[in-house]
Amino acid sequence: MMQQAATSPLLKVENLVVEYVVGNKIVHAVSDVSLGIARGETLGLVGESGCGKSTLGRAVLQLRAPVSGKVLFDGENLTAMQGEALRKMRRRVQLIFQDPIASLNPRRRIGDIVAEPLVIAGVKDAGERQDRVCKVLNAVGLDPALVMGRLPHEFSGGQCQRICIARALVLNPEFIVCDEPVSALDVSIRAQILNLLEEMKTRFGLTLLFIAHDLAVVKAVSDRVAVMYLGRLCEVGPSEQLFARPAHPYTALLIEAIPVPDPDVRPAEHVAVGEPPSPIAPPSGCRFRTRCPRGDQKCADEVPELRAVRPGQYAACHHPLI
Amino acid sequence: MSNAALLSVEDVAVDLPTARGNLRAVDRVDLALGAGKTLGIVGESGCGKTMLSRAILQLLPKKAKLTGRVMFDGQDLARCSAETLRKLRARSLAVVFQDPMTSLNPVLTVGTQLIETLQEHLELDALSARRRSVELLAAVGIPAPEQRLTQYPHQLSGGMRQRVAIAIALSCEPKLLIADEPTTALDVTIQAQILDLLAREQKRRQMAMILITHDLGVVAGRTDEVAVMYAGRVVERAPTQILFKQMHMPYTEALLAAIPKLDTAPHTPLPAISGRPPDPTRPLKGCSFAPRCRYAASRCEAEKPLLASAETASHQYACFHPIKLAAGVGA
Repeated sequence: MMQQAATSPLLKVENLVVEYVVGNKIVHAVSDVSLGIARGETLGLVGESGCGKSTLGRAVLQLRAPVSGKVLFDGENLTAMQGEALRKMRRRVQLIFQDPIASLNPRRRIGDIVAEPLVIAGVKDAGERQDRVCKVLNAVGLDPALVMGRLPHEFSGGQCQRICIARALVLNPEFIVCDEPVSALDVSIRAQILNLLEEMKTRFGLTLLFIAHDLAVVKAVSDRVAVMYLGRLCEVGPSEQLFARPAHPYTALLIEAIPVPDPDVRPAEHVAVGEPPSPIAPPSGCRFRTRCPRGDQKCADEVPELRAVRPGQYAACHHPLI
Repeated sequence: MSNAALLSVEDVAVDLPTARGNLRAVDRVDLALGAGKTLGIVGESGCGKTMLSRAILQLLPKKAKLTGRVMFDGQDLARCSAETLRKLRARSLAVVFQDPMTSLNPVLTVGTQLIETLQEHLELDALSARRRSVELLAAVGIPAPEQRLTQYPHQLSGGMRQRVAIAIALSCEPKLLIADEPTTALDVTIQAQILDLLAREQKRRQMAMILITHDLGVVAGRTDEVAVMYAGRVVERAPTQILFKQMHMPYTEALLAAIPKLDTAPHTPLPAISGRPPDPTRPLKGCSFAPRCRYAASRCEAEKPLLASAETASHQYACFHPIKLAAGVGA
């Protein structure tokens, strides 16, 4: 689908390592992750809470300094950038958060909230700012005349998320990191927001990194999906292929654990054993081996590399399901 | 079956006074649940599902006004004394909440909370209460239960905390367990484990269970009957198989369609439900779902549809324009 871009991805992450220091311990949040996102593509990033997916999203935007590794955006190394250069670059990348109500300042009016990025970017002409805010609010399905003078608490969660999307779009960015944008929303509203994101992506020619823990949500919007476990990538591949034929046992387990809204599908009997270990002391070798039905001595001794299992599909597993 | 119902909720309404006027959180709900059966209550936030469970438990906010009857094991809970209720809630009626961190006491160890419950309600001595606690923790799948007894809730993961909360809820062998969004705060893999655990214990103990959730996927394989709530009312109610196969209420259909499915291709637009639920302080004259319903006609706006029986008495729906109603079936 996106062959032309395969040559030069818009975003490239190379051997990224992010660690947090908690007391005298180190949390291995992201360990040696490499991935690329082509222009116009949506890459879904899934994993359980604490697997490092949000940290990765933030490290991509340089909101969290990596310990090592590179983030290349449109060929430029963001990790080496500082000050004004980084600020300029950030206009081309935006972020949408999980909790739409908490990410809007409760004391500011919607018009000002959505105009803020323009102010920061140095758009001096108030008329132009007003114009662009109106356009973007219309685009996300809100009536500027009714909305601009009101405060965030007057809106529902779904509408607040529309406002957040408008704020992210107002600078015409090329790339947006969506960090669990629908997990705080009700089922009926979730579908509206997912459709809106898809529409905005086409209309504004966006490239998205879509982070979520819900595999079905990720599949609905992603061209490719990356699965993360305890700071490492387990598997990357085209959405359809990855869900139809997962190669990594962890991906298979995640798919099996989703409750299916059909009473004829009996819930899987032996799903995931136990819980993810602590990222402070991740298991040696393959980090998933402690919960993996296929784990053996080799998995404990050797860290599996991401290897091609099928065209476009890569899995980091010594005993892939093929 | 209904004559032997363990729980029957009869014409229950809950009114909450708010600054914006009266809020009818639960609007004339009737439900019945037999011993050992599982009922799923499904709805979006604000639909009244939690208020209904609180009405059953008699744990409503002080200002709330409850009308109707909640018959549990032959007693009307709304007319029970505080002392009787306390005893009932201890022994026969248990509840598991969404967030285990807020339902467990953060300054007491897991052991204290479990052992205390057992000593207080089952009048066990310290030693047997302790032994029973270890058994309970093992039964809910907690590794190294002896050591867990000395730990505080914050030392446990979310899934472990929920297991502890379930162990406490099960400790006195309740007849009815109300699980209010028990897995919403948990990861998918942990969610599956907790739902399996609840199903296993429910069967083993022949306990009745109410599973409250916003996720139709959660109730599909794990309940005998499902009630779908919208804007304070039960809008459709049926045995689980029938609800998913022959739903009549457009809201049920829309809710099911709006869930992203694993077997649809990426970038397929989701059939979203337009708009949002009505303001509960400004009740609509007609059907609450009418403004968002694609089948709505003028009658839907003028008149409130009542819950009526479909093909069988166990399947009820509240709609003037039900979906796929076979010809000749009316009563």
